[in-house]
Amino acid sequence: MATLSSTVTIRNPKAQEPKTGYGSGGTRPPLPGGGGGDYGGNGSPDYGQRLRRTRLGLLVGLVSSSMLFVSFTSVYIIRRGLPTLDDRTGAYVHDWLQVNLPTGLLLVNTLLLVLSSITVELARRQITRQAALAPVQSIPGVSIGKERNFPWLGATVVLGLGFLTGQWMAWRELANRGFYLATSPSSSMIYVLTATHAIHLTGGLLVLLYAVSTELRHKPVEGRRIVVDVTAWYWHFMAFIWIYIFALVEFVR
Amino acid sequence: MVAQDAHDPHGNDPHGHAVHAHAAPTSFIRKYIFSLDHKVIGLQYYFLALTAVFVGMFLSLLMRIHMIWPTAVLPLVGEIKPETYLSLLTMHGTIMVFFVLTTAPQGGFGNYFLPIQIGAPDMAFPVLNMLSFWTTFVAFVVILAAFFVTGGAPLHGWTGYAPLSALPSAGPGEQLGADLWITSIAIFCVASLMGALNFITTTLDLRAKGMTMMRMPLTVWAWFITAILGLLAFGVLLSAGILLLLDRNLGTSFYVPLVVVNGQIMGHKGGSPLLWQHLFWFFGHPEVYIAILPGMGVASQLLSTFSRKPIFGYKAMVYAIMGIGFLGFMVWGHHMFMSGMSPYSAFAFSIMTMAIGVPSAIKTFNWLGTIRGGRVRFQTPMLYAIGFVSLFVSGGLSGPFLAQPVLDIPLHDTAFVVGHFHLIMGVAAIFGMFAGTYYWFPKMFGRMMNETWGRVHFFITLAGTYAIFMPMHYLGMAAQPRRYSQFTELAYLQHLIPLNRFITYAAIITISAQFIFVINLFWSMFKGPKASDNPWEATTLEWTTATPPPHDNFGGRTPVVNHGPYEYSVPGAPKDYVMQTDPAIVTSH
Repeated sequence: MATLSSTVTIRNPKAQEPKTGYGSGGTRPPLPGGGGGDYGGNGSPDYGQRLRRTRLGLLVGLVSSSMLFVSFTSVYIIRRGLPTLDDRTGAYVHDWLQVNLPTGLLLVNTLLLVLSSITVELARRQITRQAALAPVQSIPGVSIGKERNFPWLGATVVLGLGFLTGQWMAWRELANRGFYLATSPSSSMIYVLTATHAIHLTGGLLVLLYAVSTELRHKPVEGRRIVVDVTAWYWHFMAFIWIYIFALVEFVR
Repeated sequence: MVAQDAHDPHGNDPHGHAVHAHAAPTSFIRKYIFSLDHKVIGLQYYFLALTAVFVGMFLSLLMRIHMIWPTAVLPLVGEIKPETYLSLLTMHGTIMVFFVLTTAPQGGFGNYFLPIQIGAPDMAFPVLNMLSFWTTFVAFVVILAAFFVTGGAPLHGWTGYAPLSALPSAGPGEQLGADLWITSIAIFCVASLMGALNFITTTLDLRAKGMTMMRMPLTVWAWFITAILGLLAFGVLLSAGILLLLDRNLGTSFYVPLVVVNGQIMGHKGGSPLLWQHLFWFFGHPEVYIAILPGMGVASQLLSTFSRKPIFGYKAMVYAIMGIGFLGFMVWGHHMFMSGMSPYSAFAFSIMTMAIGVPSAIKTFNWLGTIRGGRVRFQTPMLYAIGFVSLFVSGGLSGPFLAQPVLDIPLHDTAFVVGHFHLIMGVAAIFGMFAGTYYWFPKMFGRMMNETWGRVHFFITLAGTYAIFMPMHYLGMAAQPRRYSQFTELAYLQHLIPLNRFITYAAIITISAQFIFVINLFWSMFKGPKASDNPWEATTLEWTTATPPPHDNFGGRTPVVNHGPYEYSVPGAPKDYVMQTDPAIVTSH
């Protein structure tokens, strides 16, 4: 009994033991608010803190990403309303060229990306559950039964690749219809917006592949959960950005 | 127990996000070059900026000499042709603004002292921090490379106005040199965004117990708000730079209208040069505050410490920093009064610009209020903090002149503007860096800097900078244009030549005096008297730890904060200062 209670003490997140080396509160939930001072001396911040911190970092990073799309949008809208000098007549004319978008293909791409957003959310929830149950499974003699785990991460990677391929086909189709990067400011802007989005999404895809590889190599579930969690939020954001871009170029031609 | 330890999930951290899961590194490369320690990274930023400031200063010296001896053949550049002069001013401005004014106060001191001042063992994302420095380093190498390529460095000024910057055929430096310039700026943007992300997350999430937002030192507030400005501003410059690269290399027409260069019609059509100006200045004006806010933080910290008085109006100071940061995004149009903007928008930008005078005045009067009646210790860091306030006022007062379209139209692109922004953005920020260097040197290197030579350096630099930049206001009102490589031949500027000569002499003396600083810096690093842990009897957390601080900043302790940052001369306290970590005292009022 004495042994058991000492075990409980160590697992107790409120234990005020000076933490040396590595923190011990593996399942401590994130504490609300900053400045809690929940720092374990020179110990590593525990996993709840790391999750909160990485999410905060992601949120801040998304603000800077958004500024890219905000400035591209303002360029798009300002240039659209701007008259330019016509070299033949010497008069100011509105020369904004409406781009003939392959809307059907883009709708299919949108569907793929929305589906991938759903699968990545399922992956996120799955690994959250795994992480929550991990300490229980480690208790000797406790079994929670076999979990049935669908490879949602892999599905997301496949759907993401499908979206990028679809975007590539959309660019080919635009070129076939005579809209190249330098054809007109409208087509330039469409290429810039979609390419910036595609680069962002490729970054997310690489992190997802990394998460898959850590899963295959049986890395601890807590660390993997942080990667999957923030990448999922990032992925949702990128899906939102895509819908925004699509709406912009579709409705503000 | 044994089973518990074996199970500990943190013994095997797969991602390296953990702040101090890694022990102090031992190999030279991990310790000094690819270090994850925010203190080493801070010093790396600092020395990068120190290198850059000497490059930039050398370029300005060449320009000043050329102005009064136009035919002189100068070392390294030879005879200065008009395009050489434009290259010099472009590179001077760019290197100074990005690699000195943005790098040292935020990347250098901010990296080193923000985590310590909030009681954290490191930045939130150490790997990102390291990447951020090395990306900045790459940007610096790329911009220096522009000197050595065919055609030389670009001609378009640090503002890079299109279409000059967008057309490779526009001049000798506009070929590969300009591409390198834009690439360097884009890389720098990415580095700054990574840095800003780290600063914001660290400030919000890693504060020690008891370190509430309103107990943070004003330096931390300044770095925090600066990071927010950087986060919002550098993304815009990055996108502007990407579009400029596309215009130059892939034939798009974002910024280039139908244009004829040397009788040749360029392939562009329908772009708007004003678009670049809007995007650039949407970044460019906040950039001014990115350069100056950390200096304001340092000045606040030092004026309070060396006056042995609490800062006057701490909350007002915090809100003033926020106000300046917020208004900084509303005023970019005041750089474009000459672009033919609608008088109504010019009026709005003008009003907003003058509104910045309100938080600035709050800060200035609070600084004066802090010194007033204090037992002031005039040591070198304090001298520089006072110098900062002086330059901030002198440079700031010409701001409301330039903020008014009617006055800006004659003064635009004259030496008046050069004098104005050098005083307030250039030299004031540099004084902030000097103040920070003399103040934190004992903590960074464990030794004191030489006080006598510090004072000599201060007085020459203060007098010198005033001698250089004050007359420029007069030159500007007498219509001496900015960015002209030669004007000794112009009749209407003849009577200004003696004044120009005076400025050049003052520049030579002031630049020479900077070697006093550098020698003092390196000599003191090895030979200076050993410093105690708290030589200035200051209160913030960096002075509670060892000198220099250990790898995890507090040697395994967790600081607990019980006091505000500036509790000097508290009635009833045993000493005239109360450290932030001192136990809470109950005083009878």
